[in-house]
Amino acid sequence: MLDQFDALLLARFQFAFTVAFHFIFPSISIGLASYLAVLNGMWLWTRDEAYLRLWKFWVKPFALVFAMGVVSGITMSYQFGTNWSVFSDKTGPVLGPLMAYEVLTAFFLEAGFLGIMLFGRERVGETLHMVACLMVAVGTAISASWILSVNSWMHTPAGYTISEDGQFLPADWLAVIFNPSFLHRFAHTLTAAYLTTAFVVAGVAAWQMLRGADKNRATRTMFSMAMWMAALVTPVQIFLGDSQGLNTLEHQPVKVMAMEGHYESHPDGAPLVLFGWPNSEERRVDYAVEIPKLSSLILKHDLNAPLDGLDSVPEEEWPPVPIVFWAFRVMVGIGFLMLGIGLFSLWNRWKGTLYTNRWLHRWAVAMGPSGLVAVIAGWVTTEVGRQPYTVYGLLRTADSVSPVGAPAVGASLVAYIVIYFVVFGAGVLYIFKLINHAPRMDEGGAEEEGPLRTSGVTPATEVGRDAAIQGGAAE
Amino acid sequence: MDLAISFDLTVAWALLLATAIFIYVVLDGFDLGLGILYPFFPKKSDRDLVMNSVAPVWDGNETWLVLGGGGLFAAFPLAYAILMPALYPPIIAMLLALVFRGVAFEFRWRARDNRRFLWDAAFIGGSTVAAFAQGVILGAILQGIEVDGRAYGGTWWDWLSPFTVITGVAVVLGYALLGATWLNMKLAGEPQEKARLLAWRFGLATIGSIVVVSLFTPYLDTAYWERWFAWPAILFAAPVPILVGVLTLALFRTLTRGGHDAAPFVIVLAIFLITFAGLGISMWPYIIPTEVTIYDAASPYKSQLFMFVGACVLLPIILGYTTYAYWVFRGKIDPEKGYH
Repeated sequence: MLDQFDALLLARFQFAFTVAFHFIFPSISIGLASYLAVLNGMWLWTRDEAYLRLWKFWVKPFALVFAMGVVSGITMSYQFGTNWSVFSDKTGPVLGPLMAYEVLTAFFLEAGFLGIMLFGRERVGETLHMVACLMVAVGTAISASWILSVNSWMHTPAGYTISEDGQFLPADWLAVIFNPSFLHRFAHTLTAAYLTTAFVVAGVAAWQMLRGADKNRATRTMFSMAMWMAALVTPVQIFLGDSQGLNTLEHQPVKVMAMEGHYESHPDGAPLVLFGWPNSEERRVDYAVEIPKLSSLILKHDLNAPLDGLDSVPEEEWPPVPIVFWAFRVMVGIGFLMLGIGLFSLWNRWKGTLYTNRWLHRWAVAMGPSGLVAVIAGWVTTEVGRQPYTVYGLLRTADSVSPVGAPAVGASLVAYIVIYFVVFGAGVLYIFKLINHAPRMDEGGAEEEGPLRTSGVTPATEVGRDAAIQGGAAE
Repeated sequence: MDLAISFDLTVAWALLLATAIFIYVVLDGFDLGLGILYPFFPKKSDRDLVMNSVAPVWDGNETWLVLGGGGLFAAFPLAYAILMPALYPPIIAMLLALVFRGVAFEFRWRARDNRRFLWDAAFIGGSTVAAFAQGVILGAILQGIEVDGRAYGGTWWDWLSPFTVITGVAVVLGYALLGATWLNMKLAGEPQEKARLLAWRFGLATIGSIVVVSLFTPYLDTAYWERWFAWPAILFAAPVPILVGVLTLALFRTLTRGGHDAAPFVIVLAIFLITFAGLGISMWPYIIPTEVTIYDAASPYKSQLFMFVGACVLLPIILGYTTYAYWVFRGKIDPEKGYH
């Protein structure tokens, strides 16, 4: 029994570790694919070489991130079977087809056109190359929609029946795919990927400007584009997050109780706990800083609306409250910091100091990885909040795991941890090398600086004008 | 043994999945083969060429593996749920090996000159281990897997046996042959000569290992024996070794004569196809031999139908643009096209 428990915990940790690592890469590649499509489109439309330079600059880290996303993703598609075989057997008839559709409609599209996007500009002409850029960008978004449909179904299962063997069987595919939390989650997560990328781009541009490339036109362009995203998309994202929260309240109220730290029911208006330490044993939040009635206002749009607490459900139905509580606060806190820098950038833009205010640039550098942290924190909030179930309310995590012994799961977990840190650590270092200098006038694309080197097709280099400016930014 | 095939959706899915796995085996087979052959090309310029020959397409090749896993999960969830825990170590080894060799495609060009050998080693090791693990997985399925109710009933070392080691080595050799004939097609001059020589050697080794595995297989389980040697099954089975023999002769002829760039690669594809069909004959109608048939493991009609419609529409489109991607990067890799 103890052995079984250990294997379960190890399997959970393995899934959390591998998926958290994986999640980082698509979060960036979804955003960068669209950014690259926009840059390429702007280049074709305006013929402003700064856009082409930016395209060539960002396509190289994109190729690295994409490759890391692919290899860490293949792992995920087999992990359902290796570590969660009972879950696979039971949910396969419902979730399997959605994943198969993800492969058929998205993965092949991305992979098929990626080679042309990276290496094919000279071979297929600019129109078809633009099509390839768009196909890759669309493919990443389609992929996100299927996998988030699968994930949402695990939170809010719909459109199924249960067989004698305990398998979930599909009854209504539209109800399965468009299950109650899907569209909320899809909008929130996809927007998160775009914002995450915008902050990475902004951080890189700000870093280059602080290092002396503040006159480099390409660097300025990317900083401006990213700051528009921060200013305009962050408020949208906060709204989308709120709508997902309300959807969660409707379908998974226990998760919201954990997010809010409400151990007790509040019949006449629940307070908003800003900070504190949830203490599940004593069933209270220690050191709580609260604003009376605000939680009821946010969740029910009424100061005095009653809200049930965790005392209304048996303790074995509780998720681990402190993790959910804190992960949620990290995500929301970053969201408001993002809003802050977005507004600050608007102020600087209006004053004409967008490219000169070093405090704005320092803030942007600090916020560079913030989207990634927020994405992981948000994911922890929703997934840990689903515990103790894999399929919410229907299939317990403890009943989903493979009959594989703890030594096997433990050994593979260690292997994953060591290899992921070594391999993806190296990948991150290579990305830092690529983005450390401002986009040069003779910036090479993937085909010139990566596999399939074909020098001689590099556009004429105008080293003169920008060289001095970039001197400070070069490695 | 009744070999009559009734064409229902489950059979269609079994064929579709077999097709996806076959496409994976030949596509990723030749690019894993390049990693296995890397030690025979010690010069950096040759290694650049070898990797360049698949750089634009390796990603799509590997997607078929995801389709194989996803398709199995969707169409035969019970088989997926039994096979994955049963084959836990080789599957994990394959996945981690693919991590190394996949990132090597990008990292190799980013590493400093004095560090590049690390990613060359990752490419060689990753490709070889992934190929070996795939062979072991194949062998373990053929030799039988213990099933208990709806779950795997054995221990976590059951997959390891002399037979699975032989099938592991056989797949490594076969992929190397595929890779060598691919390079014979994509390279020119001295590297091509080397590829042709390698194709000769790995051709002999591959045919030898096919013979060894084939002789071994019928003795694993009585069903295989009846399948291959009992009347009238032998009518279906006999063409397999005969065709392999004919194709082998053709392979060595085209390799000896020279001037044939594409022919050896196409012939090796055909040998793989025939061998794969032979495996199908051995296994039919089991998805986990002698324990679980495709019907036992099938997901409900509604699930299979939903995906089948999509697959019928999407697979031709996928094959279309995959072919286009190969077409764009067709022809010999030009070594003169710039190395800084």
